[in-house]
Amino acid sequence: MTAQPSRCRVCKAPAVIDLPRHNANFCAEHLVQLCSRQMAKAIEDWEMFTPDDRLLVAVSGGKDSLAVWDMLIEAGYRADGLYLGLGIGEYSDDSGGYVRRFAASRGLKLITIDLRDDYGYDVPTAAVATRRVPCSACGLSKRHLFDRAAIEGGYDAVVTGHNLDDEAAVLFGNTLRWEIDYLGRQLPVLPAANGFPRKCKPLVRLTEREMAAYCLIRGIDYVVEECPIAAGNRHLGYKEALNEIERRSPGAKAAFYLNFLNKMSPLLAEHTASARGDVGSCAGCGAPTTGDVCAFCRLVEKSSTHEAVPVEIVLDTRIRR
Amino acid sequence: MKVLLRNPKREVELAGGRSVNRLLDDLELSREAHLIIRNGTLVPGDARLEDEDVIEVRPVVSGGST
Repeated sequence: MTAQPSRCRVCKAPAVIDLPRHNANFCAEHLVQLCSRQMAKAIEDWEMFTPDDRLLVAVSGGKDSLAVWDMLIEAGYRADGLYLGLGIGEYSDDSGGYVRRFAASRGLKLITIDLRDDYGYDVPTAAVATRRVPCSACGLSKRHLFDRAAIEGGYDAVVTGHNLDDEAAVLFGNTLRWEIDYLGRQLPVLPAANGFPRKCKPLVRLTEREMAAYCLIRGIDYVVEECPIAAGNRHLGYKEALNEIERRSPGAKAAFYLNFLNKMSPLLAEHTASARGDVGSCAGCGAPTTGDVCAFCRLVEKSSTHEAVPVEIVLDTRIRR
Repeated sequence: MKVLLRNPKREVELAGGRSVNRLLDDLELSREAHLIIRNGTLVPGDARLEDEDVIEVRPVVSGGST
């Protein structure tokens, strides 16, 4: 016989999750309610968007992006999905399957871009061809193509599934190196400017443990396995360090990040405004850039002419390092 | 109890009932970075796990650099 000792803080039904940062337990129904309310508060506090806006959600097949898409639709927003095929072996094949099944089961519009089919390269090849860290080549491709799809599709904002843990880890890394420019731009919403679309992160008040629980409760099937290339990267090391702090001091991650937004970001705003360089148009694709040719076009030029690199080669290289 | 672990995917058999939090401590896994699913249902940290249960330890941490 199994015991079920803890009870939901709201309704006293058997709890399914304990959240030490809230010093409370929640049942399935009220965990979903908590997530929805925290997302709504983020959208309202930072004036991200309104129900009249058309949103483009960047979906990867992971828990956060599928959860935010689900929560936005449930809340009545108009949101289409954009999936980017990264060419990371079986991981990408699996991820794409989760996204397509999610969209099809809910009758949602999904736009798909495939790096290999549409641009002649994939992330493993780009990493070798440009000698970039794979996550850097991946991030550059995502940012550029999400921006372009939003502008060309007439969307009012790009929405990503970055959660509290993601943002706290980025903040931790930028603070360790006192990257003032990056710190100044680390906001839950970046307004449309200089040819870039508005970018919003509605999940910044929610942890990844809460998002994983949300998906389980809502029956959202997502790719649980970690990206094989990202495994062991510096970002994940920061998350591990912050989780150890959180274990000793529940609520520390939220305090670190949300107090940064409330207390530090306003102080950095002046610096960020003065540091903004002149932005022109890329000679290759017309995207906004501070140079003659944007970083994405330079990456495509090097990567699309390079022999295709299997993901196993990149993994072997990382293991040997 | 049968315990399914991920990254890499594997299965281990453990004897003796214990709480969710105790299981995570025994496996040296972070409570903040995992959920426990008992016989297909999400359970909180103080829930009791018994020998006949099938347990999934689901990691929740994801993401490359942003």
